[in-house]
Order: sequence, then structure tokens, then C-alpha cells
Amino acid sequence: MPRLTSGRRHTVRFTLNGRPVSGEAEPRMLLTDFLRHVIGATGTHVGCEHGVCGACTVRIDGALARSCLTLAVQAEGADVRTVEGLAGADDTLSPLQEAFRQNFGLQCGFCTPGILMSLDALLQETPDASEEEIREHLSGHLCRCTGYGPIVRAAVAAARSLREGSHA
Amino acid sequence: MKPAPFDYLKADSLSEAAEALAEAGEDGRVIAGGQSLMPMLNMRLAKPSLLVDIMGVDELGRIAEEKDTIRIGAGVRQAKLQAWDGLSRHLPLVAAALPWVGHAQTRSRGTVCGSVAHADPSAELPLVLTALKGGIVLRARRRTRTVSASDFFLGMMATDLKPGEMIESVSFPKAAPSTGYAFREIGRRHGDFAIVACAAVVDASEARLAVGGVADRPMVRTLPLPVSGDFDDALNEFAWALNARDDLHASARYRRELVRRLGRQSLEEAARCRA
Repeated sequence: MPRLTSGRRHTVRFTLNGRPVSGEAEPRMLLTDFLRHVIGATGTHVGCEHGVCGACTVRIDGALARSCLTLAVQAEGADVRTVEGLAGADDTLSPLQEAFRQNFGLQCGFCTPGILMSLDALLQETPDASEEEIREHLSGHLCRCTGYGPIVRAAVAAARSLREGSHA
Repeated sequence: MKPAPFDYLKADSLSEAAEALAEAGEDGRVIAGGQSLMPMLNMRLAKPSLLVDIMGVDELGRIAEEKDTIRIGAGVRQAKLQAWDGLSRHLPLVAAALPWVGHAQTRSRGTVCGSVAHADPSAELPLVLTALKGGIVLRARRRTRTVSASDFFLGMMATDLKPGEMIESVSFPKAAPSTGYAFREIGRRHGDFAIVACAAVVDASEARLAVGGVADRPMVRTLPLPVSGDFDDALNEFAWALNARDDLHASARYRRELVRRLGRQSLEEAARCRA
């Protein structure tokens, strides 16, 4: 691949929630800023910008990733999933999102997009995740409102509804 | 909190990466998983003029079983090693330490070699590499050399890596028969940096304890077995020799106490595993 020079913008293309997107980015542009400012997908939130808070967590080729620790140019050709991709085509909430709503899993909502992406990945890979596993998984996220209890309850409820195959 | 400008090269081969790093010299840095380097770039603690991305180099993405060692290429993510089916059989100490390396959300991107290259004094992977007497293969344009872990880590985020060099792989010795391994860590929160981490290796002839989070690099010492009468004094002397300092997270006194407690617990557990 040719060397991308600093101070110039280069075309970056990837799939975002199943749809092809493209835009221009300097090599130093973070994926967070590319998603929010170039594509206009502002569901992904930017908290600490050094990989600690987890608010910007997305999935790249299936794997969880801090988008503030990823360069936009590194996402070239990848399959990127963000919180905007969780709800159904008709805007029906996913079982996990619905469980957050039912269990008061968010207050200010700033940390929520990253936490939803993380828990969505966990429940996909480990549908019978225990409360302990859920708590350990959540250790990669900071929430300053809820005290985590309602988030854990929401995740446990989502796991149950996913196992039972009901979408309520 | 945005990186300073740099050129970006996604290398297709190891030789292309080595060539670019040789040209850039001190201004070039390798980016793999980015979980250590990206925060440094965002905070402008590092301002390279060239980033060489090695995640497109297929040959670096391998976990290879050799006669006495497991070789892990520079592109192997921590999550891939954690999911490798030979891990608990061949590298029980690494298996015990990996869940403590960052969070699931960073292990999914971060590489094993990247953590070694970053050389944070409280990081788990440099600690277990040192405890197991592992090696690091350093690749430059015209030469490749192998350095032992004890010679590689020089201080706080300082290593023997020279300008123009990159880590090609690290090798962990395979679990030996009748040898026990154990890992213990105390942090503020699971996934936070260790206040103290201990890795213990006990075999028929010696008990080895490696401690992270206290000195400026992983420190290792051979100690008498925990059943021996002079064990407590030897462990206490080791705890003091680490020159613990007070910081935001813990006092020097607390760190020494953790070295004594976790040190004993991990060596006892390793001795039990051996039996």
C-alpha cells in the first residue's frame, strides 16, 4: 500500500453498519472524529480520548475496538459497526436496547453507546454470560451516573430475553 | 488530544516495514494494535513522523509451536493468544496473566509484542516474559538479533530496541514437566494497571518470583521455597530491594506488603501446582 503523507487528506472507504461509506482523512485522524465529523454518525461518543472510558467502543471486523485508539485510515476496507446499527430497520430497539430502557440502564447516556456495543458483542459470543462475566466485561467502561447496578440488571435481562428468543 | 501529523505506511511485508523503519530512524514507530501507542500519540507524548502499520503482514500473525518454545509474531493480538487452544497446556503462566491485561475491549486489538515493546513497568506480559526467561527477536533492515527478556527491559518504558528496529516476535519457553506456575495481581479495578503483580515459577531446583508494578521494570529473583525457614527474610529483602515509591495509587509501604503477601501466595500456589 502506498505511503499516506501527513498534512494531506486521503480517501478512506469502509462498510458502516452494512452500508458503504467514504470520506477524506489525514493519516492522523482518529476513527471517532471520522465517524462523527466526516460521516456524520454521531452515535459514537468521545469521552477520554485515550482508551480508558470506553464511550467510543465500536466493532471492527467483529472485534471490539476503542475508536479513539484507531486511526480512520486503519479502518480502510473494514466492516465497522456502531450503536446506530443495533436497532432494527424500522427503528425497533434491539433486545439489549429495550432491556436498557426497561431497567433504567442509562441516565445521561454519554457512556451508553460504547457499553451497548460491548454488551452486544458479549451476548453474541456468550449468550449465557453470568452476572460475574457481565461485570468483568463492564470493567472496560466508565459510567458516572448509574453506579452500574441498573446496567448489569439490563444486561442480565437482555441475556434472558435473547435466550428465550422473545424480543420484548 | 489529537495526534501530531505523521505519514502512514501499511506494510505488505516484513522487509518493506524494516526498510521504512531504517529510513525513518528515530522518527519512525511501528503501530500494531495501537493500544499503547495511540494514547501516547493522542497525548503527544510520542510524535513520530512515520507510522508503519504491520497488521497487514501475514507472517507476523502466527503463533508457532517450536521444540521448546511458543513463538508469537508481532501481529498476534492478545485476544487471539487467549483463544489459542494450546495456551493453558503450553503457557499456563501466560494463560493466568492474560485476563489481567487491559480489558476485553483492548485485548481484542492490542498485541502481545506491542505490550512488550511499550514496556510499562506494571504490564503483565513483560512480567511473565521475564519470569519465564523468554526472548525477543528484533528485526532491522540488515540484521536480526535475539535478546533475552532480562536484557531487553531497561527501565520505565525503556528497552533495548534501537532506532530502525522492530520486534518481529517473542518466544515463551513451553511449560516444563514438574514445574508449577502462578500469577497474582492487585489493582484498583480489574483491568487497571497493577499496583503489584507477581509471577511465580517453581521447579525441582528453584523458586523464581518476578514482580511488576513496583520497580521501573519487571524484577526477578530466585528465592528459597516457601516452606524453608529463610523464606520470609529473603522475600522481605526482595520487597525492599525493589525501591518502591509512594504515588497516587499506593504507598511504598503498601506495595512492599503486597510483594510479601502476593509473593508468598503465588510461590505457594506454584509449588502446589508442581506437586
